[in-house]
Amino acid sequence: MVDLKRYIVKRFLQTLIIVLGISFITFFLSRVAPSDPAALWVGIHARAEQIQRARVELGLDQPLYVQYFIYMGDLLQGSWGTSYRTRQPVLKDLMFYMPASMELAVIGQIIASVVGLPLGVIAASKKNTKIDHASRILAIAGVSLPVFWIGLLLQIIFSRTLGIFPIEGRLDTTIQMTMPIQRITGFFLFDSLVTGNFVAFFDALRHIILPAIALSSYSMGLSLRMTRSSMIEILREKYLKTARAFGLPENTIRFKYALKNAIVPTLMVMGISFSWSLTGAFLVEVIFNWPGLGTYVWRAILAVDYPVIVGVSIIASLIIVIINLILDLVQAWIDPRVRL
Amino acid sequence: MTLHILRKNPLSFISLIIILFLVFLAVFASWLAPYPDAYQGTPHVEDKYQPPSLTHLFGTEYLGRDVFSLVIFGTRLSLTAGLMIVALSVVIGWPLGVIAGYSGGKIDDLIMRTTDMFLAFPSLVLALVIAFVLGPSLINSMIAISVTWWPWYTRLARADAASLKERTFVEASKAIGLSDRSIMVRHILPNTMAPIIVQSTMDLGTAILAEAGLSFLGLGAQPPTPEWGLMISAGRAVAFSAWWYATFPGVFIFLTAMAFNLFGDGLREALDPRLRRIRGE
Repeated sequence: MVDLKRYIVKRFLQTLIIVLGISFITFFLSRVAPSDPAALWVGIHARAEQIQRARVELGLDQPLYVQYFIYMGDLLQGSWGTSYRTRQPVLKDLMFYMPASMELAVIGQIIASVVGLPLGVIAASKKNTKIDHASRILAIAGVSLPVFWIGLLLQIIFSRTLGIFPIEGRLDTTIQMTMPIQRITGFFLFDSLVTGNFVAFFDALRHIILPAIALSSYSMGLSLRMTRSSMIEILREKYLKTARAFGLPENTIRFKYALKNAIVPTLMVMGISFSWSLTGAFLVEVIFNWPGLGTYVWRAILAVDYPVIVGVSIIASLIIVIINLILDLVQAWIDPRVRL
Repeated sequence: MTLHILRKNPLSFISLIIILFLVFLAVFASWLAPYPDAYQGTPHVEDKYQPPSLTHLFGTEYLGRDVFSLVIFGTRLSLTAGLMIVALSVVIGWPLGVIAGYSGGKIDDLIMRTTDMFLAFPSLVLALVIAFVLGPSLINSMIAISVTWWPWYTRLARADAASLKERTFVEASKAIGLSDRSIMVRHILPNTMAPIIVQSTMDLGTAILAEAGLSFLGLGAQPPTPEWGLMISAGRAVAFSAWWYATFPGVFIFLTAMAFNLFGDGLREALDPRLRRIRGE
């Protein structure tokens, strides 16, 4: 247990350093990059003295390290600037849009895992057969698909031509009016289920299926490949030979003993692929007009909305850092070898 | 030996042929495109949004340009972009990895912690911010992606450099009085080259995908450039009436990425001795 505590402390410190690094990079991007933040702040028709006043107000006349402390102070106090476009505090907007992206990424990840993990196990145990080769093509196709393109194709086929799923959005407008989802976490599927709003739940489910499938292709390919290779290594372990020698059924060996040891590498895969899902969600969101961070940042790009773009980069990297931290801690808890 | 395995692996062989075909398209685009003036010539607005036919294999787009010709010109852009991204990342990442691995100690820590910070960002998000800061253009989006990409090569090169450092020939070079710098340049750098080349081949597909993604978001190539991602973005508005405009560029992105990924996968299996042992060869 001492090991675990020490590992947790070590991992937290590492995370802190990484977060500091993220703040350096974003500070650099937000200060050094726009030609003159003060001029951006006051607008294009400002006079020179107005710009000068803004420069003092924003602390831009201070030395760079002082500016960094001001910037960090603002971040920690939750003042992340105001969106030029929505005229809202950026942090407030981010908190509004983040759950939508997270929900999409989580559902996409679930679809990817449900398909990818078992296929990876099967491919590993049928190594170098036709099934294995087919799974390899599937996995590589998955990581080669441009998510925004596959999203568009799904829309054309399933929404426009077959009419099975809604084309875009997160919820039907009529349902939004008549049976609004009470916002608890911002995860529509969760909120509607908890409040017993089943009509809205099924509508939200219908809306999320296509974007989630589009998003899952990459993670599916990734988890399939990585599960396969870690299973192949595990299946060669001696204790499985022993289990076979004892005459245990092959399926018990595969799914009970081997898969258990594949959990740690699998968690690692999920960490990597979730990070990808979140950014992939950005592209998918634009296609499906999904009101998440991706659509938000895309509109910000078109409107040259500086604070938003920096804010989104901070929040997205924080999410990834936190998820990786949690996965690492879970790994360390399951597998003592990780703590060393 | 490598060639032998590539031949034994028909998928890699097919993907190699597709890659060569794409390179051929890219090099001879001006001769192969049925409408060579599609890229820069005058628009034929009266022909806009023609469905695929024998005269326009992939139909036409909003300016009446031939989508098939544009897609062929796009091959040139995407392959160049992929190569540039990977090359730039290697140029930044590789020497840093060699320095980190060979030097060890504080320099190693500093470089590797920096890579951690860059890798903590979801790469598309960081690339997006950088591309935005630099101003949207094809070149800037390549630079932006490279900035998020180099740490992978640093990690790869560092691991090899750190183990090479312990080898006798390095010790011998030290003994005859070679400076650390010349050991790094003459011995460590060339000896870490093979894995870097393999990795960068494998990354070409992903680099092309990333580039298309940024262009799709409006941060890469600007209209009317026939960049595939940008074409999908423009075709999206008319996806339900003129489906061909977004569909065919996507097919080519997919095909290109798939070919490079399949080839890279075969290459890795052929070259990685650990994998070969597992496959029982």
